[in-house]
Amino acid sequence: MRSPRSEFIAGVRAELPLMLGVIPFGMIYGVLAMGAGLPVGAAMAMSSIVFAGSAQFVGVQLIRSGVPGMVIVFTTFIVNLRHMLYSASVAPHFARLSPRWKWLLAYLLTDEAYAVAITRYNQAAAAATDFANKHWYFLGAGLTLWVTWQISTAVGIFLGAQIPASWSLDFTLALTFIALVAPALRDRPSMAAALSAGVIAVLAADLPYKLGLMVAAIGGIAIGLWVEARQPSSALHRQRADNP
Amino acid sequence: MNVWLLLIGMGIVTYAIRLSLIVLIGRVDVPPLIQRALRFVPPAVLSAIIFPELLRPGGTLDLSPGNVRLLAGVLAAGVAWRTKNVLLTIGVGMVALWVLQVVIPH
Repeated sequence: MRSPRSEFIAGVRAELPLMLGVIPFGMIYGVLAMGAGLPVGAAMAMSSIVFAGSAQFVGVQLIRSGVPGMVIVFTTFIVNLRHMLYSASVAPHFARLSPRWKWLLAYLLTDEAYAVAITRYNQAAAAATDFANKHWYFLGAGLTLWVTWQISTAVGIFLGAQIPASWSLDFTLALTFIALVAPALRDRPSMAAALSAGVIAVLAADLPYKLGLMVAAIGGIAIGLWVEARQPSSALHRQRADNP
Repeated sequence: MNVWLLLIGMGIVTYAIRLSLIVLIGRVDVPPLIQRALRFVPPAVLSAIIFPELLRPGGTLDLSPGNVRLLAGVLAAGVAWRTKNVLLTIGVGMVALWVLQVVIPH
């Protein structure tokens, strides 16, 4: 069994390569937050209070367009719902920890820390080597991400304050979202969800309190589910038609 | 809403989701419908933000060739789909926007 210290260091090492993608992302967030007119203190605090990249990007965008706070909080909930799956997935590994450890590791439960830790946990499970200090591994990975995120967003905030508005830097936000969505559109239900949500958002853009965004998101999710539910049965029908 | 209240609200919601099943596992099950719906959350929410940014840049629907954000955005989407590279997508999209702003009168 490895000591807490060596597990911690192993977690840091495993997390480090991911920082190549995280650093520019954090810097872009900082630049955008300044472009959206957020005070420096609030932009910086969001990185530690919320500590969730995509929710922070969406939050900044909605603040810039003057969306009411309650709608922003609800959108944050929707955007971060995927973390509930991570929470369920790591729960058995954290089951025997003290409440204090659970609260700490929950705060550090991001996409990147989860991805690294669960890979190690699954490998250990496959090799039937249960290791007692696995929470230290998670702490190492999570803290590496936390420190990197705070520093890179601070650098972005510093840079963002120097860049003139004529550079249209606000457009990098839409481009970031495009970069995240487009590669994921590989199957028909996802495409249907994205396209219908986009069209509804454009049509409903004049709804009061910017509710168009929520209507569009829920509509897109519903249509994605509907198209997915239709797919297996229609494939089945075709098979039946082929085999009389 | 005060920006600090907003940050605290966003923080509480995010933390509650992350902590939820670490604490509750074995006591509640995530409904299958929610589990299936989760994968559509990113494309739906992000598209609902992207489309108006590209199609209503000035607050009204603009499908004309003078809409440089729409042209640059479609080009960037092509780059993203082919390369899956976030930085390249942003780079190509921004350069396209700057070039189009100079070339196309508006």
